[in-house]
Amino acid sequence: MNFKRQLKEGLITQNPVLVQLLGMCSTMAITTSIMNGLGMGVSVLIILTLSNIFIALLRKIIPNEVRIACFIVVIAGFVTCVDLLLQAFVPAIAASLGVFIPLIVVNCIILARAESFASKNTVAASAVDGICQGIGYTIVLLIMCAFRELFGNGTLAGIQILPESYTPALLLVLPVGGFLCLGVLIAVMQWALAKSAAKKEGK
Amino acid sequence: MSITTLLSISLGAILTNNFIFSQFLGICPFLGVSKKLDTAVGMGAAVTFVMGLASAFTWAVNKFLLVPMELEYMQTVAFILVIAALVQFVEMFLKKSIPALYTALGVYLPLITTNCAVLGVALLNIQNNYGFIESVVYGITGGLGFLLAIVLFAAVRESIQFAENPKCFDGFPIALVTAGLMALAFMGFSGLKVW
Repeated sequence: MNFKRQLKEGLITQNPVLVQLLGMCSTMAITTSIMNGLGMGVSVLIILTLSNIFIALLRKIIPNEVRIACFIVVIAGFVTCVDLLLQAFVPAIAASLGVFIPLIVVNCIILARAESFASKNTVAASAVDGICQGIGYTIVLLIMCAFRELFGNGTLAGIQILPESYTPALLLVLPVGGFLCLGVLIAVMQWALAKSAAKKEGK
Repeated sequence: MSITTLLSISLGAILTNNFIFSQFLGICPFLGVSKKLDTAVGMGAAVTFVMGLASAFTWAVNKFLLVPMELEYMQTVAFILVIAALVQFVEMFLKKSIPALYTALGVYLPLITTNCAVLGVALLNIQNNYGFIESVVYGITGGLGFLLAIVLFAAVRESIQFAENPKCFDGFPIALVTAGLMALAFMGFSGLKVW
């Protein structure tokens, strides 16, 4: 088990959103304010870790033919728990995330990690994988949120940052902004990865 | 419920509140299966079919099973199981009766299970308190909206291959920027008010 390597994979080289291109829907849909992004990111982090642990525990029992269905049931169970907890303790965030909380069930990140990692590795490694991938996802969400909220609304976490005279670029908080921001972010990531690969070759 | 409500639901689902461009549901297949026009058409048609069926079945499951037993909090789990079973049946049915379409759709058919537009439409039907007919209409027209979006997008994407763009924008980023511009165009429909 190699915590440092897995963390680097989750954050950069195998980042779930920017490199593996998973879980696009929620990334674009809810990143209009920091609180939304934080709520979504932490929810996915928790669900991903729990489902990874659980699936790693059950990996020898689940028959291969029906594994996808089993994974989905496990994930749906955890999503329901988190959904109810959010509604009970932070109703404001639950309301603004709306239908996207139950939709974590079909967020490809969780199913992809279950299929490609948790079903083949030990419980401890899967737990670490869940945490690292979850952090990678949350950080991307927060970058998108910060950018879109700051320039699209002039605020950060609801607090006015830019002066009143700044005209918010409304376009950024509209769906269009989601597509454009994510596109540019992935482009930056591809540029950075290509550059570091070229550097390695030069050595 | 009248014809006008159904019409406004349909218009909303296809144009003003398009599942892809304004609600961000079903982005993964939208980006994944839009490299070629003909597979995009097949995928869109299959999603439309499954969304219509899923709306009908999940509405019935919710009304006759979950609500009487006060198990509404199990909605997500129940719905995803219904959808997974439905997709499996559609797959078996197509394999037996229309094998040509089955081979054309290939691996994308089982992937419909994890298409968030399908689960999304089931959950939105309940949230909006739609009746049976409204749910089915919303499901089918939502699917048609998806079909429209993916076909338009695939056509644009086929010609984008010949465009010159900065190297780091190759592949997904340029597709996302294109989708963003299309979303901008679809925003034009938001002023559309029929009644």
